[in-house]
Parts: sequence; structure tokens; C-alpha cells
Amino acid sequence: MSIKSAKTLDTRGKFCPIPVMETAKAITQIGVGEVLEVLATDPAADPDIKAWAKRMGHEVVSAEKTPEGYLRILVRRLK
Amino acid sequence: MSERVEKRNKLAIIAWSGTADKLYPVAILSSAAAAGGWEVEVFFTFWGLNAIRKEMLNAPPKISADFAEYGPAVAQAIKQMNFPPWFELLRQAKAMGNVRVYACSTTMEMFGIKDKSVLADFVDDVVGAATFLERAKDAAVTLFI
Repeated sequence: MSIKSAKTLDTRGKFCPIPVMETAKAITQIGVGEVLEVLATDPAADPDIKAWAKRMGHEVVSAEKTPEGYLRILVRRLK
Repeated sequence: MSERVEKRNKLAIIAWSGTADKLYPVAILSSAAAAGGWEVEVFFTFWGLNAIRKEMLNAPPKISADFAEYGPAVAQAIKQMNFPPWFELLRQAKAMGNVRVYACSTTMEMFGIKDKSVLADFVDDVVGAATFLERAKDAAVTLFI
């Protein structure tokens, strides 16, 4: 079953702290309960977005490496 | 009398250094904190204060003398990464969160800086040590950089 995202944020080629900052901005542009898809190449984006989501009370639904070799992280806005 | 202080999600930084290799950590940590809803207090003093004079922001960034030989390579890498200057990150941090930036009054006098108009536009206030201590006392993370 695939999860539908309300918005995609492409941070590929950007480095810490930009992916987290852009994620923080983008999450405000979707509704509560909706999912933000974040694409990233910075290896820190995985632990950093998880830490950020925990702090902000959002849910990381999944974080996976795509066959193309970049990260795809799904974050559900919870508040 | 002792006062009980409850720690908060607050980052307090004394930004003492004036070289890019130390100012980047100040800006990166401040941005990450602001993105995560932390409060941030940054106190620029000595060479950190010198680095936020408007004319210094436009000058080529300095790097610690110990690592001077790496300077050109680092500058080149930052360019290639398309990474923003440290003060742009700090500006973005201020735009997105609760970030306050202070300039040290004693250093201003020492460097002949008469008022904050010659400093970067992201400076909120000119204050002294007592103000920073009061603002920083409940910070969960405090750094001297």
C-alpha cells in the first residue's frame, strides 16, 4: 500500500541544516494528518529529520533509500 | 538564596570567534534549533562581534590561522556545495524561529563601534554579560564558540 503525499520537498544536493530547515517550512504548507515527502542526498537528513520530527511531534512514516540512491522520507504532520 | 531553574529547549551561544570555520557551527546549530522550535540566544563578543560588522560580512571570510592552508580549498568546496554564507543561515534561522542576537557593548567600545547601525541587520540588542547570563540560565545547551 502506498501512502499519498500532499507535497514533495526536494532537498537533493543540499546539506545540513538546509534539509531540516526546509522540512520545517514545508510541513506548515500541508494540513494536519497529511504527509510530506522529503527527498534528500545528505546522509544526515535521515537522523536529523527523525530527531526534528520527534521534537516537533510529527510522525516519520517511513525513511528509505530509493534504488536511485537518494533518501525518501515521509513525514505526517500531526499538529 | 538559590533559585531553581528549569531547563528549556533553548540554545545559548557565546560567539567569540571571527573565523568562518567557527561561525558556520554557530549558524548551523542556530538554524537547526530554530527549525525545531528551540529558542536561541546568540551573544557576539570579541572577534565574533568584529565579524558581524557590515563591512566584514562583505569581505572574504577568514579561517583559523592553524588551518590557513585549507582556506582556499574550503572556500572552493562551500561554493561548489552551493552552501549559503554563515550569516545567511543565521538570518534564515531568525526568520523561521525564536532567535535573538546580541552584541557585546564592551567589545563595541573596544573596537570603536559607536552604534549598532554598523553591525549586521540581524542584531537585536546591544547588551552586557549580565543580560546574556539571565537569558541563558535556563538553556539546555550552552556553547562557547
